[in-house]
Amino acid sequence: MSTRRADVAIVGGGLTGCAAAYYLARRGRSVVVLERGFVGAQSSGVNFGNLRLQGRYLPQLPLALRAQAMWEGLEAELGDSVEFVQAGHVHVALNAAQAQEIERHAVDCRPYGLEVEILDRRETIRRWPFLGAGVLAASWSPRDAVVNSRLVCPAFARAAIALGAAIVEEIEVTAIEHASGRFTLRTDRDLVVEAGCLINAAGAWAAPLARRFGEEAPVFPAGPVQMVTEPVPAFVAPVIHAVDGSILFRQTARGNVLVAGHPRVTVDAEGRRSRVPPAKMAVNMARLAAVAPHMRAHHIIRAWTGIEGYLPDMLPALGPSGTTPGLFHAFAFSGHGLQIGPAVGAVLAELIVDGGTPTPIAPFSIGRFREPVAADRDRLRHEFYDDVLDRRPSA
Amino acid sequence: MADAVVVGAGPAGVAAAAALAEADLEVMLVDEAPRPGGQVHRSPPDGLDLDMAALLAAGHDAYRAFHARFAALRPRIDYRPQTLAWNVFAGEIHLAARGALEAVPWRALVLATGATDRVLPVRGWTLPGVYTLGGAQAILKDQGCLIGRRVVFCGSSPLLYLAAVQYLRMGGEVAAILDTTPFARKVAAAPRLAAAPRTFAEGLGHMARLRRSGVAIVHGAHIVAMTGDGAVDGVTYRGGDGVERRTACDAVACGFGLRPETQLAELAGCALRFDPIHRQWFPRVDGDGRAGNGVYLAGDGAAIGGAAAAALSGRLAGLAAVADLRAGTIAAEAPRLRRALHRLRRFQHGLAEAFAWPHGRVADIADDVAICRCEGITAGEVRRAVGAVAGALEVNRVKAATRCGMGRCQGRFCGPAAAELTAAALGRSDGEIGRLRAQPPVKPLPIAVAPAEDAA
Repeated sequence: MSTRRADVAIVGGGLTGCAAAYYLARRGRSVVVLERGFVGAQSSGVNFGNLRLQGRYLPQLPLALRAQAMWEGLEAELGDSVEFVQAGHVHVALNAAQAQEIERHAVDCRPYGLEVEILDRRETIRRWPFLGAGVLAASWSPRDAVVNSRLVCPAFARAAIALGAAIVEEIEVTAIEHASGRFTLRTDRDLVVEAGCLINAAGAWAAPLARRFGEEAPVFPAGPVQMVTEPVPAFVAPVIHAVDGSILFRQTARGNVLVAGHPRVTVDAEGRRSRVPPAKMAVNMARLAAVAPHMRAHHIIRAWTGIEGYLPDMLPALGPSGTTPGLFHAFAFSGHGLQIGPAVGAVLAELIVDGGTPTPIAPFSIGRFREPVAADRDRLRHEFYDDVLDRRPSA
Repeated sequence: MADAVVVGAGPAGVAAAAALAEADLEVMLVDEAPRPGGQVHRSPPDGLDLDMAALLAAGHDAYRAFHARFAALRPRIDYRPQTLAWNVFAGEIHLAARGALEAVPWRALVLATGATDRVLPVRGWTLPGVYTLGGAQAILKDQGCLIGRRVVFCGSSPLLYLAAVQYLRMGGEVAAILDTTPFARKVAAAPRLAAAPRTFAEGLGHMARLRRSGVAIVHGAHIVAMTGDGAVDGVTYRGGDGVERRTACDAVACGFGLRPETQLAELAGCALRFDPIHRQWFPRVDGDGRAGNGVYLAGDGAAIGGAAAAALSGRLAGLAAVADLRAGTIAAEAPRLRRALHRLRRFQHGLAEAFAWPHGRVADIADDVAICRCEGITAGEVRRAVGAVAGALEVNRVKAATRCGMGRCQGRFCGPAAAELTAAALGRSDGEIGRLRAQPPVKPLPIAVAPAEDAA
């Protein structure tokens, strides 16, 4: 049995784990990432690719703006393309309530340093003439961007490896011991990892690790539905996104149109299988045709979903453990982990190396689940199909 | 709910539908084509006067018999031509036809989805004028058209000879047959091929007919490139003597064997197994085509076997479904069908060995040759994705890293070559090679078929 000692062990090779490994390695720390499957193969690598600032939970904007500044220089830093395109996002209001919501949000996010422009229907149609009759108004955020999510984790992983990090794929952690300030991770392969710090970055599968250290997090899995069309002539540069997320789409450089839209669907986290119900595909096709009528002439060539971890308040668990010194949680990013991913990695490195971070993360503490939290089903109705919430483990 | 849904109106699907209808079960027969027949019994549209007797010669009897059987069956089933079966989910098969979607539950589902050509990417294979062998035959049977005036047939397939003879009959010129399998390999397989003496003799007859017509037949050819600027104008190859030669042509038909269409089976939850002789994945079925959970498979989509084996396996699958639905024993004719099917499959195994996909050539594919024609992904890009730090360790990760297999065909054509290339780059060509997992829709789905949301 071989034993590997490191400053930090990371369970989970998604974006959080890979980015944390990179920023820790950059700070001179030795790191081992243990990934059950392949790096970035779960939700980190199969999502829509949005780097979205507008519409975000306001107290998360400092983290998000920090991340966006990192994304803007990330390809140069990592020496790899992640197909970063900063062509803005357009949030389209499809009813009067949504039109009011974007106006309010544009005011609310200004103190954080995010500028969003409100456009009336006439100006919206002047800029994006393909939009359908249902669009009443829009908000325009030019700093919003996209990446190809499939490329992000491998790029972070390669950069981390270049700095000396070890990333082990196809290995499962079977037990974790904690004694005299050290974590010992046993695996299903010929490897034991000993580390002074441990990051729980196990995504939708993170709750048992937290529970092992006496902390509850009512994580539940769900899948955001994604589809892509055949390549079509270029017609749109920014992401078009309904305010409530019921439909969003973007066009790649190749010409394909990626299409997504809530609610999210049930997935099999234990079997690590996820399928898109055909009826949901039809709903999103109809919504796409309503917002961009010319897309009726084209075809969907693939549909997929991934397994994402959610918490009932739709915020992540991020920060130090409340029970165990040296343990840090960073999981269940509730459908918006990609954009903040680099900043989350940097924050974790700061927590471990400096003992604290200048970026406010208090709202994301796992301690908020010490008392059972009831999900607000009315609020979550447009986010998830009922069967997702029916299966949700009680807090 | 129909008692049984059968997908595919080729010889396997129609035989299965007939067996189910004879037992007075309600049968829905779904087919993508406008007319029945599958690939082998494809027929021209009404109003096109194509002399099928001249085109098919000895094969015309089987063609006529198939269409007569279908005409008799037609009033007894719910026949759905021009209907795309695009997904299987939660016990329903999902159809798209005439601008609308439909989800159909089944008690028995027979998948007779057939096969397509397997492709070997060589330099120039994406030039206009280069067709798959099946495509060249489809154009001929469906429209009476030739793919060119002077055609090279190349690859590793017994169908090269049949298709070339059909082109001769219809007035085409066959520039050459470049058969990538060595002659000795075919001789070695002869004892197995004798399991189906008539088919074997027909194959030899085709070769003789081509020779009499002065067609050059090169065994053990190595295809170097399809050449041309904007359209194919020749094929360069090396014969057994190692000398590079060029044959001028204005079209090429390439056939490197068949690839089963297994996506619907996979979406229906069928397990797949790796066949080391075909070096491909097939759905796991019992001797009568049962895949479990009320799903049955027949024809080339279950095991490459040709038209006669497809019809036998279709009838067997249909009878098995009848027995299972009635909780009874299978019809008395089943043992005879199994024996005949076993003989034909033995013959096909002989063919598969004689006309093996030249996987040893994968290492020779130059880095700048396109593997995935939809997305324009080259062999070099696949190799780099495997060789990179933290690189892809299997073909689905290659797909994620490169887009190979993410285009309009969803890896149906590039998948096997991408899997071989990945295995070769990993140094794992000896054992099981991987495969791209199926994702719906199995073919492009028109956005316009979705009903408007308030109407849904």
